[in-house]
Amino acid sequence: MKFSTTNRLVKSLAALGALLGLPVAAHAEWGLNLTPGVTPFSRTIYDLHMLILWVCVVIGVVVFGLMLYSILKFRKSQGAQAAQWHESTKVEVLWTLIPFLILVGIAVPATKALIMMEDVSGADMTIKVTGYQWKWHYQYVDEGVGFFSTIDADSNNARQLGADIDPATVEHYLLNVDNHLVVPTNKKIRFLTTAGDVIHAWWVPALGWKRDAIPGYINESWATIEEPGVYRGQCAELCGKDHGFMPVVVEALPEAEYKAWLEKQKAATQQAAREPAATQKLVAAAAE
Amino acid sequence: MSEAATHHDDHHGHHPSGIKRWLTTTNHKDIGTLYLIFALVMFFIGGAMAMIIRLELFQPGLQFVEPQFFNSMTTMHALVMIFGAVMPAWTGFANWMIPMMIGAPDMALPRLNNWSFWILPFAFTLLLSTLFMPGGSPAGGWTMYPPLVLQTGDAFPFLIFAVHFMGASSIAGAINVIVTVFNMRAPGMTLMKLPLFVWTWIITAFLLIASIPVLAGAVTMLLTDKFFGTAFFSAAGGGDPVMFQHIFWFFGHPEVYILILPAFGIISAIVPTFARKPLFGYSSMVYASAAIAFLSFIVWAHHMFTVGMPLAGELFFMYTTVLIAVPTGVKVFNWVATMWQSSMTFEVPMLFSLAFIVLFTIGGFSGLMLGVTPVDFQYHDTYFVVAHFHYVLVTGAVFSLMAATYFWLPKWTGHMYDETLGKWHFWLSTISVNVLFFPQHFLGLAGMPRRIPDYAVQFTDFNTMSSIGGFVFGISQILFVIVIVKCVKGGAKASDQVWEGAHGLEWTLPSPPPYHSFSVPPEPSTIEGGMR
Repeated sequence: MKFSTTNRLVKSLAALGALLGLPVAAHAEWGLNLTPGVTPFSRTIYDLHMLILWVCVVIGVVVFGLMLYSILKFRKSQGAQAAQWHESTKVEVLWTLIPFLILVGIAVPATKALIMMEDVSGADMTIKVTGYQWKWHYQYVDEGVGFFSTIDADSNNARQLGADIDPATVEHYLLNVDNHLVVPTNKKIRFLTTAGDVIHAWWVPALGWKRDAIPGYINESWATIEEPGVYRGQCAELCGKDHGFMPVVVEALPEAEYKAWLEKQKAATQQAAREPAATQKLVAAAAE
Repeated sequence: MSEAATHHDDHHGHHPSGIKRWLTTTNHKDIGTLYLIFALVMFFIGGAMAMIIRLELFQPGLQFVEPQFFNSMTTMHALVMIFGAVMPAWTGFANWMIPMMIGAPDMALPRLNNWSFWILPFAFTLLLSTLFMPGGSPAGGWTMYPPLVLQTGDAFPFLIFAVHFMGASSIAGAINVIVTVFNMRAPGMTLMKLPLFVWTWIITAFLLIASIPVLAGAVTMLLTDKFFGTAFFSAAGGGDPVMFQHIFWFFGHPEVYILILPAFGIISAIVPTFARKPLFGYSSMVYASAAIAFLSFIVWAHHMFTVGMPLAGELFFMYTTVLIAVPTGVKVFNWVATMWQSSMTFEVPMLFSLAFIVLFTIGGFSGLMLGVTPVDFQYHDTYFVVAHFHYVLVTGAVFSLMAATYFWLPKWTGHMYDETLGKWHFWLSTISVNVLFFPQHFLGLAGMPRRIPDYAVQFTDFNTMSSIGGFVFGISQILFVIVIVKCVKGGAKASDQVWEGAHGLEWTLPSPPPYHSFSVPPEPSTIEGGMR
């Protein structure tokens, strides 16, 4: 099935219409905004994002409104005479101070959010994330379980130059991997990010943050995922030719299911240790 | 432009003609013209690269280029546009306008001036030649982060030396501006009477002198890391890859103000002219520019909030970054106040300036959002950032360059440009540039990372839209060239003042101006001061 260019052209024009304020239904599917996500931090910054966005919108409406009024009212063609005033200390002090106070109003909740994000204490478990060109490795520290996570075969086939496969027919095109990172819900998980070759960045939008994975550095972040589900993201720091093809998939399971998954992993790892040749295959099979 | 200058050669028979004239010229107008033509050529080369990027991103899947080449295109597009198009264009305007604005005959250091221009073709020959090399052009991003940039093939030393040459050229140009303004002002042209374009350019020149050597140091360390066994940025050798980012952005953030500060000067010249009203708050404009320049040196790490800095560092860089909104806001408010109770007309320079004010402010808003550290953890390295910096650089810097071209072209050539074609150029550019970049905000917020050659299917529609906007914007720029060529070749005769509301020394000279701008200093009474 060939991707229909005409169809997309029509949809694009519809999107253009939407931007101009014309009534076009179903904005949601277009993905116009940040999503609130599934962690306390992601919700906090979603609110912060909306706050700053509305502050900008209000300032924009006022400033652009005054400009538009001037453009319509003070036209030479309508006989407007130019005044010659060019200074007012009072006004200038006012429009230096007011923006400053608005900024303080933004900085206070932003500081609180940042302090919350940087507090990695009291974590229930730790996962070490290592970026490689072009895959991720996840290590469950203290559990002795670890595996690589690489883009799934379907996406990888469809993304080749000249591949005659319609990306729309591939499920979760470019956002799917062979082995999910499985985590429990409602546990404070500490993520340690680092890299083995060049700099990468580990990013799942639903968690509310990205963090660079840098060789020689171990960065700390945390997330408490409150809803079970599969959350997808990508590498966010240019890392070479296949930078666009190293997705991140996090699968959050209720604790009991996570425990069961973990036991299976451990068993597979132990068996693999006895039969080294079969390691990769068994770990991979267990992950599915 | 060239015809006008040739005409004046008649009175100065001692100049060489033909190619030798351009190679050996020490005249500020000739060199200005060279810079501007060079910048225009680079604008189209960089633009062609952008077209390849938008073509590949038109639909999901890879249709035209390999990922490695795609990365080369994003890298080279940025380097060509920043160092080849916008910076030389500003130096071109500085060369043409500063002597005429301060009542001087020429730049203070004419031979250095010639040299600083003629370095550039060599720099870009080095850089662009990498397109034909085994291993391809640099593909690690214009930010050249190690360790990735060290994986560059044969192109690597060419990249480093091209950057060195561009930097040397910029420093020479900056020194020339500073020496000219401080030594060659006409009697009576005090600092607080300087047109704002001159003010913003002096500040830019100091930023260049302070920041370019830092870049030179950073890329030299990359060179020794690659070829001479040092380990400045290699963790395995005890070095630190994040240190490169700190050094790079200590250059990089002043650099973005190097690209935009002269634009503030341009808008501050054009808005009062077409509003027929003095600029509101001249001195606060000067202080705001200086404040922005100072702050630009203490905000650099906001480009790297996700590298994992200590909390105190993240807070410091967040506070200083959002603080820049204050002086920037002052500028925007001053422009709007200049329009209040004025008497406006809407010729092409004014149209581009008005579009600049609105669209640059939108870029400023997204900049404020990006400056808030915790939300930057989401925005960082997404298309939201791409939308942000193209709003400030394309609808900011590039739009002001176009406004300035339309504003002074009649002065330079002695002919009026074609107003109808100019208006077509303006409206096509303004509409298409928003179709091009506005949807990229949504893409970024929806989760599309930047610098990827292919994307998940839910990003398709906005990408297609963005590409269509890009193609129209690209084609519209051909109109710009047509307008310029037509105007150089002929057109209605321009008066000396050109624009009814124009004030300033450059408008007291004939159109086109004499080869040596002010052989005799202007009468102090003709100096009105920059607020006009």
